[in-house]
Amino acid sequence: RLTPVIKMHKIATLGATAAAAGCAGWFYKNRSEGAGARLPPTRKLLYPPSADFPNLKSHNNVMASHLTPGVYAKYRDVTTPNGFTLDQCIQTGVDNPGHPFIKTVGMVACDEESYTTFKDIFYPVIKERHNGYDPESDTHPIDMDSTKIKKGQLDEKYVLSCRVRTGRAVRGLSHPPVCSRAERRAVESILCEAFTGLSSDLAGIITHLVTMSEEDQDKLIDDHFLFDKPVSPLLTCAGMARDWPDARGIFHNDEKNFLVWVNEEDHMRVISMEKGGNMKSVFTRFCKGINQMESIIQGNGWEFQKSENLGYILTCPSNTGNGLRCGVHVKLPNLSKNKRFDDLLLNLRLQKRGTGGVDTAAVGGTFDISNLDRLGKSEVQLVQEVIDGVQKLVDLEKMLEKRKSV
Amino acid sequence: MMPSDEKAVAEDTNMPDLSKHNNWMSKCLTPAIYSKLKDRKTPSGYTLDKCIQTGVDNPGHPFIMTVGLVAGDEESYSTFSELFDPVISRHNGYAPDAKHNTDLDASKLRGGNFDENFVLSSRVRTGRSLRGLALPPWCTRGERRTVEKLAVEALSKLGDELKGKYYPLSKMTEAEQDQLIQDHFLFDKPVSPLLTSAGMARDWPDARGIWHNDAKNFLVWVNEEDHLRLISMETGGNMKAVFERFCKGVQEVETILKQQGCSYMWNEHLGYILTCPSNLGTGLRGGVHVKLPLLSNDKRFNSILESLRLQKRGTGGVDTASSDGTFDISNLDRLGSSEVEQVQCVVDGVELLVQMEKKLMANEEIDSLIPPAK
Repeated sequence: RLTPVIKMHKIATLGATAAAAGCAGWFYKNRSEGAGARLPPTRKLLYPPSADFPNLKSHNNVMASHLTPGVYAKYRDVTTPNGFTLDQCIQTGVDNPGHPFIKTVGMVACDEESYTTFKDIFYPVIKERHNGYDPESDTHPIDMDSTKIKKGQLDEKYVLSCRVRTGRAVRGLSHPPVCSRAERRAVESILCEAFTGLSSDLAGIITHLVTMSEEDQDKLIDDHFLFDKPVSPLLTCAGMARDWPDARGIFHNDEKNFLVWVNEEDHMRVISMEKGGNMKSVFTRFCKGINQMESIIQGNGWEFQKSENLGYILTCPSNTGNGLRCGVHVKLPNLSKNKRFDDLLLNLRLQKRGTGGVDTAAVGGTFDISNLDRLGKSEVQLVQEVIDGVQKLVDLEKMLEKRKSV
Repeated sequence: MMPSDEKAVAEDTNMPDLSKHNNWMSKCLTPAIYSKLKDRKTPSGYTLDKCIQTGVDNPGHPFIMTVGLVAGDEESYSTFSELFDPVISRHNGYAPDAKHNTDLDASKLRGGNFDENFVLSSRVRTGRSLRGLALPPWCTRGERRTVEKLAVEALSKLGDELKGKYYPLSKMTEAEQDQLIQDHFLFDKPVSPLLTSAGMARDWPDARGIWHNDAKNFLVWVNEEDHLRLISMETGGNMKAVFERFCKGVQEVETILKQQGCSYMWNEHLGYILTCPSNLGTGLRGGVHVKLPLLSNDKRFNSILESLRLQKRGTGGVDTASSDGTFDISNLDRLGSSEVEQVQCVVDGVELLVQMEKKLMANEEIDSLIPPAK
């Protein structure tokens, strides 16, 4: 890892005084919050960890399932190297007890080191959320070589569109729940530098939310590219809407099939998409774009947060690994009525959503079908699984159309 | 360590972009003040960034000037005085060396028995903070629970007309909740972004609760926007009785807390220390619900109120409108005058407004009654 002094010089070469000064954020020591981190020793005696243990009796999220008084006591007075506390990680889960049918994660990572500093809570949460993957012993494979994809063209009579998305975080800068304005602006600066280096079919323009004109806004809404200030309490309670819309932006290429969100829920969210069934083309562009961005930022002395055990590090533990959601909008009006449809999806390691996105219902038998897994399988593996799975679903749909039994 | 010239450049990067903002914080926070204060912390660790977060996140409204700044603890006001002082003086017109008087001697109040054909109800509220514990934007769960424990212990020792019961939000039964809603006593989890951006809704409903006396005319909110909000009220126009009970209750609670080893946050200059600078001083809002259908249609109504140092709200509370000519009329000022002076101001002002309404009802002119602009 680069030391802060070296980083400062790297930032200076970006040419913007704002960026050069961005390092001020990293020198901002003792940003600790949360009970134990800020109490002088005498007061810690008055407030043992049990005094601050949250009341989780009506809670149903993954954090609440695993946070015991013992684990809380172990970590209350501990901070990550950047000064962040467990209380900051769990606040969203304390404030959002959850729903009996939907089990949310209930915690976020303040920085890269949160996962290991507080491993006695993060690892069990990851294990539950990612089907038993154990960060202590398992390793996560990374594979962004799109040439390995086989039969990536799906039948366009059924598959209306293809999309692949993921996120990345810049190493050395803290995450959206807790980042300072200086850090957030540094992320924006680093990523914008990378955008200018993208070539040919990836070249495009960045729109900064702060200076966005009404005209730009309307265009982005029409393209379905614009992201709004978060209103979900899951995000606002985690502090992700602070200072909105400072340092938030949207980049897209001229062809409008490669899109990057800057400083929304993660430092960077990348989306590659196109109409039709050419998943291989979508994934190829996805890999090309991310790989290009990665090499540009590495040339500037930066890198993405990642580890062998956790893959790419992101804000939410549910996105750890490759943070990859690869999906299609596909017409399955007959198959979706079959009573074994849900079991079939589960077997194929797929999930369904309505075409309005998560928590929407399907309209007219058209579904959003994507991978269930994120951690423990590589990008190539997951995309291949989706391609093969959707192919199978389309084959079954065709059989049902011909009134053959499936 | 950063070289000093780079530090000079670095200082501005975390400065918020306030170009579209219209609140008192945005009017007073200069880059120079920001640089000076950005690395300071109060003894409990509260920072300038945390004080101003609510003002950064809520740019404001062209017509309503919000404060845009909160205190996380008692020391915020002094640690960040370079920002708090100008905000306090611009919002309250209060000099940096002024002394604030506290006077809870209700016997000094003259009048205070309104005509009940016009005045439907009377109410006096204030806030108090327990010294040594961080305020709602910053308190830990342990501190918030301590506030609750100390408050409930003190309130349980109140007797006679003040004897009452505590209802913690987390253990409230449906029946209790319905009753409290009917009595208009229940407070909700804050939804206003002014409050949520300041972190006041954290851990809801842990350690929040409502206490009221058996007679249902003295009420205490625990851990809502301040550690304690104390409210005295009754239907009708007997503001004198309301204020007497208010002073008695507030002072008895203070006496009991002192016996328990606690005191309120208070100093000579700012009076009672509360979360929002707009509540410093007495923290007192004394008011009535009063029927003024004719006067409120007079185009001089707003300037009359201003001259009387009064403000109007709809009877649904702050930011509501009046539907039938019934208004919530209360004092504007909290800092720089005492409780007795502020309630006297309400009493005198409301008497005058009712007089004007009566004149208008009798088709008489009110010109001679209109107070000179202050």
